Amino acid sequence: MIEVRGIKKAFGDQEVLKGIDMDLKPGQCNLIIGSSGSGKTVMLKSIVGLIQPDAGQVLLDGRDWTAMKERDRKVLRQEMGMVFQGSALFTSLSVEDNVRFPLDFFSTMSASEKDQRVAFCLDRVRIPQSALAKNPAELSGGMQKRVAIARAIVLNPKYLFCDEPNSGLDPETSIVIDQLIQEITHEFGMTTVVNTHDMNSVLEIGDHVVLMRHGYKVWEGAGPDILQSTDQEVVDYVFRSALFKKVRAALK
Amino acid sequence: MLSGFFRGLGSYFLFLGAVFRRPESWREYFKSFFREVDLLGMSSIPLVVFISLFMGAVLTIQTAINLDDPFIPDLYIGVAVREGILLEFAPTIVSLILAGKVGSNISSSLGTMRVTEQMDALQVMGINPASYLVLPKIGASLLFFPILVIFSIFMGLLGGYLAGDWLHLVNPDNFLMGYFDEFQPYYVVYALTKTVVFAFIISSISAWYGYYVKGGAVEVGKASTKAVVAMSFSIILFNYILTDVMLQ
Repeated sequence: MIEVRGIKKAFGDQEVLKGIDMDLKPGQCNLIIGSSGSGKTVMLKSIVGLIQPDAGQVLLDGRDWTAMKERDRKVLRQEMGMVFQGSALFTSLSVEDNVRFPLDFFSTMSASEKDQRVAFCLDRVRIPQSALAKNPAELSGGMQKRVAIARAIVLNPKYLFCDEPNSGLDPETSIVIDQLIQEITHEFGMTTVVNTHDMNSVLEIGDHVVLMRHGYKVWEGAGPDILQSTDQEVVDYVFRSALFKKVRAALK
Repeated sequence: MLSGFFRGLGSYFLFLGAVFRRPESWREYFKSFFREVDLLGMSSIPLVVFISLFMGAVLTIQTAINLDDPFIPDLYIGVAVREGILLEFAPTIVSLILAGKVGSNISSSLGTMRVTEQMDALQVMGINPASYLVLPKIGASLLFFPILVIFSIFMGLLGGYLAGDWLHLVNPDNFLMGYFDEFQPYYVVYALTKTVVFAFIISSISAWYGYYVKGGAVEVGKASTKAVVAMSFSIILFNYILTDVMLQ
């Protein structure tokens, strides 16, 4: 369980997070949604420790992550995997070496065990053998995201964080990536946190959803329940979302 | 403007503090170090050879023309060319050229890693990006730049000799004697000390500019240009300071 307690963050005069509390459920796909500028990226980066919040706590299974010393944080980071918006694969390494990279740093496995683990993870995200020696830049956006997922899970983390994993992908590939994230979450029992503004993702994989607006948490609950909400801000967000725009257009 | 300079200087030293931390995995750092030796050092050899050969040739031609006097033996032309290459041309000019080639490479590669979130990815994994990405580059530069400069000295002397002989500007035997006449080994120490300092300046300043890039591809290019300007200023300044300290 990831517990977020009273997180605040400001950049200069601009207050981006205004004291947010949320519980991100273990073994589930937790989605943080909201329109651009709602503060969801700053929220995710505060949870993973890329941004130091001004106030508040992040507890990872009861461990106070925000108050930890850097040395202890480094140990705990090996329990985390992250998929970035632009994949953030290392362009100086091949696809296979990208996935092997965390193992080379932190694993005590033998070379053959590492080979097996890398092959397993790449196979799990359905990357063909022919792509292993390629440079990440030679792959399509969807394949890059899948390699990024393989790299994120190679150390068998407890927590998986995904920052807008569908960004820049066509709707069909987005669904594939969503399903992959959901499958992996349930298969390995990870606590997954996905940052998105895609309503399809909310309905498809949102075990638990947090809606943010202007630095506040507006709504929290199970994914499909968002459609039942009578809260005006929630209704506004859902109605404005791309999916419903298309539905409205189709119904006209 | 002055406060901006001191803020930048403070940020640079804090950055160096982050770079010189204990590596998470020595083995991985060494692997990265050897990659950098190949990328930054080995790939610079053809450029250094080309520049040094012609630099030596030009220096011989200019010196021979200016010392074209029956009372000045060719031996002194050889001495002048040797001292010129050893004291200034090989360490300083080659370092300025490497600032353009290697420095802009370091700055743009780190800048690209910053804007594409590759550094964030390292940080999330628990790897110190400043140390892992920059320390091997500094190490490779400190090791390989002196080798390049020694190479440059020999190539410069060879270029000078060949030009003097082919163009019949000097008597080759007398000119060659000048290369060995009253040779002071301390000048080699001076040249290599300068090179080590310049290597540190090039690798650390360019890395600092690249590491803190914000924005996109345009900002990466701007940071690279700023880095080359700052490195050139620093090299010229430290060239004067080291010469004053070591040769006075």
